[in-house]
Amino acid sequence: MIIELGHFALVLALLVAIFQMVVPAYGAHVRDPRMMAVAEPAAMCQFGLLLVSFLALMQAYVTSDFSVANVAANSHSTKPLLYRISGVWGNHEGSMVLWVLILALFGAAVAAFGRNLPATLKANVLAVQSSIAVAFILFILLTSNPFLRIDPAPADGNGLNPILQDPALAFHPPFLYAGYVGFSIAYSFAVAALLDGRIDAAWARWVRPWTLAAWMCLTIGIAMGSWWAYYELGWGGWWFWDPVENASFMPWLAGTALLHSALVMEKRDALKVWTVLLAILTFSLSLMGTFLVRSGILTSVHAFAVDPKRGVFVLAIMTLFTGGALALFALRARDLRQGGIFAPISREGSLVLNNILLTVACATVFVGTLYPLVLESLTGDKISVGPPYFDWTFGPLMVPLLIVLPFGPFLAWKRGDAYAAAQRLAFAAVLALVLMAMGWAFIHRGPALAPFGLALGVFVMAGSISDLAWRARFGSVPFAEAWRRLVGLPRSAIGTALAHFGVGMLVIGVVATSAYREERILVMKPGEEVRVAGYNLTFRGVAPASGPNYREEVGVFDVTRGGAPVARLEPSRRTYDMPPMPTTESGIHPGWRGDLYVVLGDAQTAGGYAVRIYFNPFVRFIWLGALVMFIAGGISLSDRRLRVGAPGRARRIAVAPAE
Amino acid sequence: MTRKQRRGVLIGVGVGVLMLAVGLVLFALRDSIVFFHTPSDLAEKPIAVGQRFRLGGLVADGSVKRGQGTKVDFVVTDTLKTVPVEYEGVLPDLFKEGQGVVAEGKFNDGGVFIADSVLAKHDENYMPPEVAKALEAKGVKLGKGAVHPGEATQ
Repeated sequence: MIIELGHFALVLALLVAIFQMVVPAYGAHVRDPRMMAVAEPAAMCQFGLLLVSFLALMQAYVTSDFSVANVAANSHSTKPLLYRISGVWGNHEGSMVLWVLILALFGAAVAAFGRNLPATLKANVLAVQSSIAVAFILFILLTSNPFLRIDPAPADGNGLNPILQDPALAFHPPFLYAGYVGFSIAYSFAVAALLDGRIDAAWARWVRPWTLAAWMCLTIGIAMGSWWAYYELGWGGWWFWDPVENASFMPWLAGTALLHSALVMEKRDALKVWTVLLAILTFSLSLMGTFLVRSGILTSVHAFAVDPKRGVFVLAIMTLFTGGALALFALRARDLRQGGIFAPISREGSLVLNNILLTVACATVFVGTLYPLVLESLTGDKISVGPPYFDWTFGPLMVPLLIVLPFGPFLAWKRGDAYAAAQRLAFAAVLALVLMAMGWAFIHRGPALAPFGLALGVFVMAGSISDLAWRARFGSVPFAEAWRRLVGLPRSAIGTALAHFGVGMLVIGVVATSAYREERILVMKPGEEVRVAGYNLTFRGVAPASGPNYREEVGVFDVTRGGAPVARLEPSRRTYDMPPMPTTESGIHPGWRGDLYVVLGDAQTAGGYAVRIYFNPFVRFIWLGALVMFIAGGISLSDRRLRVGAPGRARRIAVAPAE
Repeated sequence: MTRKQRRGVLIGVGVGVLMLAVGLVLFALRDSIVFFHTPSDLAEKPIAVGQRFRLGGLVADGSVKRGQGTKVDFVVTDTLKTVPVEYEGVLPDLFKEGQGVVAEGKFNDGGVFIADSVLAKHDENYMPPEVAKALEAKGVKLGKGAVHPGEATQ
């Protein structure tokens, strides 16, 4: 009964979404305030209905109602509660319901917090937002309906793929979707502005918090996925340049560019046309990500079951929304006035360079991801584009970006002084150069360029600290005064420095892990000892164990360093009951210096086990860096100047719709 | 600086970066892509020793020799032809006889394919699309599904 209620709520949500798409947009066109005003309650109502729908589905999962086909196919009664809940979005149909729920949540948030938006802009934004909802709710109802019953109901379900039964992965999809879908707000604002034919700095002020929120979610979502792949898949890697990873990374790159260009637009009223285009492209890349994952044309761990009808449907949605917005852009972009002038060496100039490098890097990822698909459809040749391609194309583009990054915050708007900026960065540069020289002098293994990469990371980190120190005037005023200034800095300035610091950490983690990783594969018998990266590992043997829905063989390794015990690692090989599937659980000893990572392999006929041991130096900096970026985004978002509805500014904006 | 000059600088930088990227992409696409072949493809058009490629097919029944040290031997087949494969390391969780597999590596002088990465299937109905398509083209009936990247990559 409840599941039918959820189904019905979804159909009602579709009707409300159609209403919300048509009436306010028409109202904005004919300037009818009553028709525009319905957008707000409609957005709330749409969200409420989708929430009912989602909760109904979740209820079926939690109570293990196997008369629902989707639950029977993807859940099992013995699964722990957390995974019965996360099982809702662990499959294609359920994850689409979550997708539209988040879409509606963002729409409702605009309706609730955007009280000072000009009425026509708000009506258009909510109408465009709703048109996306219409497309995806139709997609669910026509091709991927999770509310269908099966008769007779099976006694138990098929279970969730065990490698997905993991806390990080339980939250990876919701964050990722919040990121993808959050960019829909920037898209809706862009299309609404084009419909309106009017755009100004205030537009960027509204768009930026939403873009920032979406960017934060996408950052942490991608990091969680990478973290999960690292410890769950047992191959010790953290990023594979897999097409589906790229599908989430491209909107991230474009979204990062959008954050920076919207800043220029807000502060200086420049780069308007470019920012609008970027807003459209960012969401289009999110849609493309959805298409690549859902269509099954890719070879990937993320690919859902293949149904050609779905692929075609999502392709149609993507073409409609990308093509439609770009056509509108081509028609209307001319009307957008050009804004402020700036010299090439200036804050704006540095942000433009950031945008050029990020979008071109995004384009190289795009080519690498789609080239195999295009080549196969043209010539029939099957190829794969792997990490070497991305090392050669993406890597070199990041070098100038990281060199220029610390300069940006030191340059003034309009006209900057590169020499003064360089002076203020002298400490960071000297520190980086000294470390680089030491790296070349003392590290005699790994690629010759690795110390350069590490130095870049240090430069970015030290540069962001210099930025804060300079703003607070450490060194030129008494310490207490400087501290007071530091605490009093606008939160967005602190957020900027912290986010850049996180980028530096990420770079160090990536370079150190890629260049200096140690790896051993060997056969070990109980009692044997092996030395890896300064650690001594003693294999104690293998013992059987069992969990709530699996049995396992646990290998026991005692780790010592210089004679002192460090840790006991217990990598295991699990066999899940339902679905019956073997998985490998790695044993990891984390540390600042790096992770010791042990995987238990096959039992040997001559006794003993195959064992794979890695030492991944500084690998945690990768996810910590992403976490720092996420927190930095949150700090920026809490800046009252960014908060939607900040007083003072709002009054000026509210005048706009009266014309 | 006039608006025109400013625009000139911006366009100059943009075009410069783009040219650099195009150069890198062309270079990388020439040198770092790998082709995909099935055992039958190899029988028709042999591949030079030392040339990297991806080999796809099914793991032949009874061919997997585990537990003899860190190396694992198995045979990849498309039901018409077979290729012997040697892999050092821990195989992906779902590597199983009779299931789809994609291995990346190169031939040694003895005609054995030395794999340095092995991708295996992800669930019961799962088959890497390349393998499924290639096998279907050879008239072998198969199910569908999704593949696992990166597992057991060296």
